[in-house]
Amino acid sequence: MATHDTAVDIRGLRVSFDTDGGTVEAVRGVDLQVAPGEVLAIVGESGSGKTVTSRSILRLLPETATVKGAVLVGGEDVVRLDAARLRQLRGTQAAMIFQEPSTALNPVYTVGWQIAEGLRAHGKYTKKQARERAIDMLRKVGIPEPERRVDDYPHQFSGGQKQRIVIAMALALDASVLIADEPTTALDVTVQAEILDLLRRLRDEYGTAIVLITHNMGVVADLADRVAVMYLGEVVETAPVRELFAAPKHEYTKKLLAAVPRVELVERAAPESAAAEAVVEATGLEIEYPGRLGKKPFRAVHGVDLRIGLGEVVGLVGESGSGKTTIGRAIAGLAPVTGGSLRVLGTEMRGVKEREFRAKRRELGFVFQDPATSFNPLLTIAECVAEPLIVHGLASSAADGRDRVDELLDAVQLGGAYGDRYPHELSGGQRQRASLARALALDPKLLIADEPTSALDVSVQARVLELFEELQERFGFASLFITHDLAVVDRVAHRVVVLHRGEIAEEGPTDRVLGAPQDPYTRRLLASLPVPDPDEQARRREALAALQREAG
Amino acid sequence: MSTETRTPEKAARVRPRWWNRLPVLQQLRQSVGLQRGMLVVGLVITSVFVLVAIFAPFVAPYGYNQLRGPDGLFGAQQPPGPDHLLGTTVGGYDVLSRVIWGAQTALLVILVAIVLSVFIGIALGLLSGYIGGWFDRVTIVIADAIYAFPSLLLAIVAAIVISGGQSSLWGGILAAAISITVVFIPQYLRVVRAEVVRVKSEAFVESARVIGASNRRIMFRHVLRNSTRTLPLVITLNSSEAILTLAGLGFLGFGIEPSAAAEWGYDLNKSLSDVTSGIWWTSIFPGLAIVLVVLGITLVGESLNDLADPRLRARRKPAKTPAQAVAAEKPVAREEMGDVV
Amino acid sequence: MTTVTAPDAPPGATAGIRKARGGGFWRYLLVRFLLIFPTIFILVSLVFFLMRLTGDPITASLGDRLSPEQLAERIHAAGYDRPLFVQYLEYLANVFTGNFGSSISDGRPVTEILLTYGSATLELAIYALIVAFIVGIPLGMVAAYFRDRWGDAALRIFAILCYATPVFFAGLVLKLIFAVWLKALPVAGRASTRTELRLQQLDDPTGIYLIDAIRTGSSSAITDVLTHAVLPALALGLLTAGVFLRLVRTNVIGTLSRDYVDAARSRGVREYRLVRRHALKPALVPIITVIGLQIAMLLGGAVLTETTFEWKGLGFQLAEYLAKRDFVAVQGIVALLAVIVALTNFIVDLIAAILDPRVRY
Repeated sequence: MATHDTAVDIRGLRVSFDTDGGTVEAVRGVDLQVAPGEVLAIVGESGSGKTVTSRSILRLLPETATVKGAVLVGGEDVVRLDAARLRQLRGTQAAMIFQEPSTALNPVYTVGWQIAEGLRAHGKYTKKQARERAIDMLRKVGIPEPERRVDDYPHQFSGGQKQRIVIAMALALDASVLIADEPTTALDVTVQAEILDLLRRLRDEYGTAIVLITHNMGVVADLADRVAVMYLGEVVETAPVRELFAAPKHEYTKKLLAAVPRVELVERAAPESAAAEAVVEATGLEIEYPGRLGKKPFRAVHGVDLRIGLGEVVGLVGESGSGKTTIGRAIAGLAPVTGGSLRVLGTEMRGVKEREFRAKRRELGFVFQDPATSFNPLLTIAECVAEPLIVHGLASSAADGRDRVDELLDAVQLGGAYGDRYPHELSGGQRQRASLARALALDPKLLIADEPTSALDVSVQARVLELFEELQERFGFASLFITHDLAVVDRVAHRVVVLHRGEIAEEGPTDRVLGAPQDPYTRRLLASLPVPDPDEQARRREALAALQREAG
Repeated sequence: MSTETRTPEKAARVRPRWWNRLPVLQQLRQSVGLQRGMLVVGLVITSVFVLVAIFAPFVAPYGYNQLRGPDGLFGAQQPPGPDHLLGTTVGGYDVLSRVIWGAQTALLVILVAIVLSVFIGIALGLLSGYIGGWFDRVTIVIADAIYAFPSLLLAIVAAIVISGGQSSLWGGILAAAISITVVFIPQYLRVVRAEVVRVKSEAFVESARVIGASNRRIMFRHVLRNSTRTLPLVITLNSSEAILTLAGLGFLGFGIEPSAAAEWGYDLNKSLSDVTSGIWWTSIFPGLAIVLVVLGITLVGESLNDLADPRLRARRKPAKTPAQAVAAEKPVAREEMGDVV
Repeated sequence: MTTVTAPDAPPGATAGIRKARGGGFWRYLLVRFLLIFPTIFILVSLVFFLMRLTGDPITASLGDRLSPEQLAERIHAAGYDRPLFVQYLEYLANVFTGNFGSSISDGRPVTEILLTYGSATLELAIYALIVAFIVGIPLGMVAAYFRDRWGDAALRIFAILCYATPVFFAGLVLKLIFAVWLKALPVAGRASTRTELRLQQLDDPTGIYLIDAIRTGSSSAITDVLTHAVLPALALGLLTAGVFLRLVRTNVIGTLSRDYVDAARSRGVREYRLVRRHALKPALVPIITVIGLQIAMLLGGAVLTETTFEWKGLGFQLAEYLAKRDFVAVQGIVALLAVIVALTNFIVDLIAAILDPRVRY
């Protein structure tokens, strides 16, 4: 079957890892073919084996892995190749792009050196030739002033640029297959759109086959020709992209697609109490981080006016560096307010003393982004959830507050037995629900949720969001919901505030801001968000291109 | 997905038995292959050392300061023979007995030094890391200055202060232990501080702050216990360093007089001139004793170090106890103290 | 996703970044340089107060030989009966001008002792460092590459043995084997008496015997000096080599598991090159920092090595003064070593900073 029109042919691939607990099968009999110039997306959630499958194309697996089956790349079986031939094949036949561009580049060598190194590993290049080719590659992937920047170190580039450089490295050796493992996950949505464009161009101009590993169905719809859905180490469905989105066959695929948040523009009116009373009121809010050793302080937030009414959910949206997390932290008293005014639950936060604010903390809950670190690993879940009760004197010990804790855990659909477990024994989604339980323990008026779902898989995210909505309706707390994902905000917020570089770009009712954005930045942000529908996404791509031409 | 839907009724959990949660035993269970081999060898040597030290009076054929037996004086520099399995020293002591009694002295010094430095070091590290600011900066500059200084020289200076140079058993032990403590405090301080700074910025501590917990509660309930996981490691490493420092002090003549206790370094110093005349037994045996004990303790420490660091651990098991879950993250402290061997 | 990091720099802002980087580097150097002073100050003060806690040095040194009246007179003459704080200020002022005091037993200024014997210690330290580098760094890389296999285990045991053996014991064993039993190498000293006399005839000798021997042009002198150096260099060098081996191994294992090593592997870079280039250089920064701290340990070890081999350097002198209870000399030498340690650490940090393009303070 290894004809000339398959770039990669995976047959009966099984990968297992030796662990102390026995052998764990990560990939269980996978068959996949990729044609030249085709983009095959492998989707699945964490633990589905998609990354292991893609890495076995280059046999980049740890020593504890046992590989069975065949992986044909350019007609050669990678599984059985000897080390020398395998090395020759790496880079020239197939190249790889990594999830985190900042760790895929060696920090102590210039980018030019690193590109040249790959070249010189595979052929005779003089220093000068290698450098010229490196400059050439950097230009091709859209790095401005490549002649000068070829001598820069990785830390001198932005995240998106670093990913371009990683792509340039893969490109430099004319690899016919590109393996892209979550290439845009670590990037902002506007940067993501640019990288996806670059990958598309590579495919079109060089006929490179791309194996795209992602969990983001929007990215799939944007770039893929064909999709393989993986679940628990097996491919459960393979279909052309349109077919898959239009008529998913496998149960799991259906569930996966249903869980993907979409911008649906549901009108959601804030409760009447919101206009009457404000729990948070910021005017001209400024937050600066002091610079180290005489450097200029870094201004994270400037001149922000923000109001959260009683019982109102405000979505705070922005990319990394927009200041959204900083605002959330300032409201919780974790970051000092350096200018303007911020009133939280009636207390002025500028220059506030912790002692004055401590009593108000009863009315404030916080859900952190990373479920892995938000619980003390040495306390059980019940003890963690009981902490607020003990601190505010509602319970003398964890055992004393257990009834209330069980009640709370029930409310977030974690049966009481979970309370006796330690945090590491829970999955990410369960921990995030427990985190909600802890935040709600004192029945707060205000809940700050800082990217509560961004570390979770799609289906788990859907469940947590659902729970959030339900709890909000039941308890009626006001909330500041911080996220980078417009689709998530559409799901939960009454009102949306879009932040851009520390300033408010646009704000208004959710359906208005997402449906008819006025500010150019909001429009770009919205247009960059890939939607899980290939045809719709193609149209949006055109629209984004037009928007960018307009902006010059 | 699958984890989400896992049946809640199976949530009832079995707590691992308490002995499996003890610091060293837990790592022993966690280890595999060569790593386990090294750990086991280290533990065996270390336990033999501890047992010999405790039971020295019963194990040793003679007293540490005994010069004569029933048949009169032992005689100086007698080669190994039936009466004196390892020979006698230039001063006329039985080498084997001195080696065995030396274990006791070494163990006492380690215990005193570690008890002193662990408490002071943890307290300072916790305060320095948690409070931060100027207190932190000043403490760190002082600690770094001491840390960068040759520990033996500092120990010499401290020994002069404490004992004026010559001493009795407890005077000598305290002198050695305190001088070692002075050198160690900065290490504990740095290790604990690095961990505290890391833990302090973790979400669960911020969450305690948002809840409104007092600083004391945060420090003791959330930060402290999560910051001490590298301590078993540092303790083993410092134990071996304590033995070497004690021996070094003894070698330079700051040890304990032979009439007060047996000390390996002192014996080595006295055997310096024997070597030139080819008398080997007076130096080889106390020297080997030092090497073996340090080797044993270091093996334990190295293995703990590897097991505590996911990058170095041979294979990884899913965490079974909360302490293992803590250990599964990479400790900052390891980088802080890259050189403690 | 945190907002603490600065926003991604737009392409046009790179000039600014470059500038900031240059500034960061010089600022870092300046801060490091300024840190030398408090470090020296702290150490010198610590040594001063610790030494004075025991009482005055004259009693310590001559207490059993002089009558109380004579002692009191000597103490008064030396100014040790003044308030401690006054003495401390005077001492600081002296140290500031490079005066570390004079020994009681023979009245020599400490700085002169340093000049006379420092070169011997420097020579020994350099030999030992060469041994440590040659043995420790390549073996560390080998151990990292073969991690958790037998070769690695053997190398690690070797490293631990190197570290577990006190230098003076290693010295004794080496002496016993090579000098006493095999008679292949000299027992002690820096050179034979004949060579020493010859070296002293040179005008303006450097005190570093190897250089001096080369200057005499006599091959027998060079051989003599080198054979004397073998055992002390090995004893002290292997101790440090053990530390280096372990350090290189740990750090290279750490960097070998980084994404960029995998990335380079995916481009077909050779395994040897992965270890040699991609893993070692990023690992070098922490390694070099720690090597700086090891220099302090090397100095401590030098005291013991010199005593074992009668290598007449600073450490040997220090041990002599210790035996004589001449604590002024001890205090002076220790304080001076503190200055040297602070300076070396600065130089080491400087090298580390040059190696690491990301350096920022």
